[in-house]
Amino acid sequence: MTIPQERHVLVVFPHPDDEAFGVSGTITTHIKQGNPVTYACLTLGEMGRNLGNPPFATRESLPVIRKKELQASADAMGLTDLRMMGLRDKTIEFEDDEKMVGLMTDLIEELNPSKIVTFYPDFAVHPDHEATARAVVRAVRRMKDRPTLHCVAFANNTLEMLGQPDVVYDIREVRDQKMNSMKAHISQTAWMLEEMEHKLQQGDTETENWLTKERFYNYRWNEDFEKSF
Amino acid sequence: MELVEVKKLQVELDAFAGRDVYLHLETTNGSYATHFNEGFFNAGAFIRNVVINYELGKVVGDSPHRVGLKLPHGWVYAQGITHYELDDQGRLLLAGHDGTGKLAVALQISETPFSY
Ligand SMILES: [Zn+2]
Repeated sequence: MTIPQERHVLVVFPHPDDEAFGVSGTITTHIKQGNPVTYACLTLGEMGRNLGNPPFATRESLPVIRKKELQASADAMGLTDLRMMGLRDKTIEFEDDEKMVGLMTDLIEELNPSKIVTFYPDFAVHPDHEATARAVVRAVRRMKDRPTLHCVAFANNTLEMLGQPDVVYDIREVRDQKMNSMKAHISQTAWMLEEMEHKLQQGDTETENWLTKERFYNYRWNEDFEKSF
Repeated sequence: MELVEVKKLQVELDAFAGRDVYLHLETTNGSYATHFNEGFFNAGAFIRNVVINYELGKVVGDSPHRVGLKLPHGWVYAQGITHYELDDQGRLLLAGHDGTGKLAVALQISETPFSY
């Protein structure tokens, strides 16, 4: 599938590095096509566990490092509108739900996006991912003219429950940018990237596939994750 | 951070005793534990910027260490502490890092509040 032109793309994730693995190829492609992209990153991943042994950071210095990495990832993708929303890692689900919807509605009203990218509710594994997805879906649900809503799903039961993703983008042309976006988050991704390089060298097709394609599900409004809110 | 040396850390703990200090205490297995191992029972706790005043602070044991703070009406303790640092803002940061470099426990005290 080729990536269609968009008026404006809004990407909403809770953690620095959420964008890198799943959607940095798609973001880069939109930017190359001249489509404005805004990435709203809700936290600075303050609770990241990879601090090294011997440690290279402390619980208190990690956010400073991750903020720089997030900016470097944005630079790698060519993204200029990066919003750091100032929430704290692992607390999003405990924020007032209506406040979270309001945060999303404000972004949507300001940017008038034709496409929004976030996680798929109930298939996003991390509590912050789930809370982010719920807030975005609720905000979009209230809109009269809903934009395209592309969701990333990676829970273990995704294939069983949602089937194959209905949107698969070939991102081979921006593979380097995707690699650089992932490398930008080196404090948290080092071991994962090492494992990936190793698999690629062995000709692992699944890993290769993962670097050349990005997968999304159109949100299924007819199977909404909740009856009411 | 450096590896805990009991005598040196004890001096730092003594220095904060009897003063109002902000506490950060956390234990974690990470939010992905159940994703990678479906039978895993994921439990943890987190508290940040609660003021305490301990009368006695003590570090005990071979590494990983246990650290306990005795309060007028209770206790704070953490186990699994491997590293510590008195940072550039004078905050005492203790942490336990596992063999793969992941933080498993943190106990921190400061005279000024930790950021949000
Ligand atoms: Zn995340």
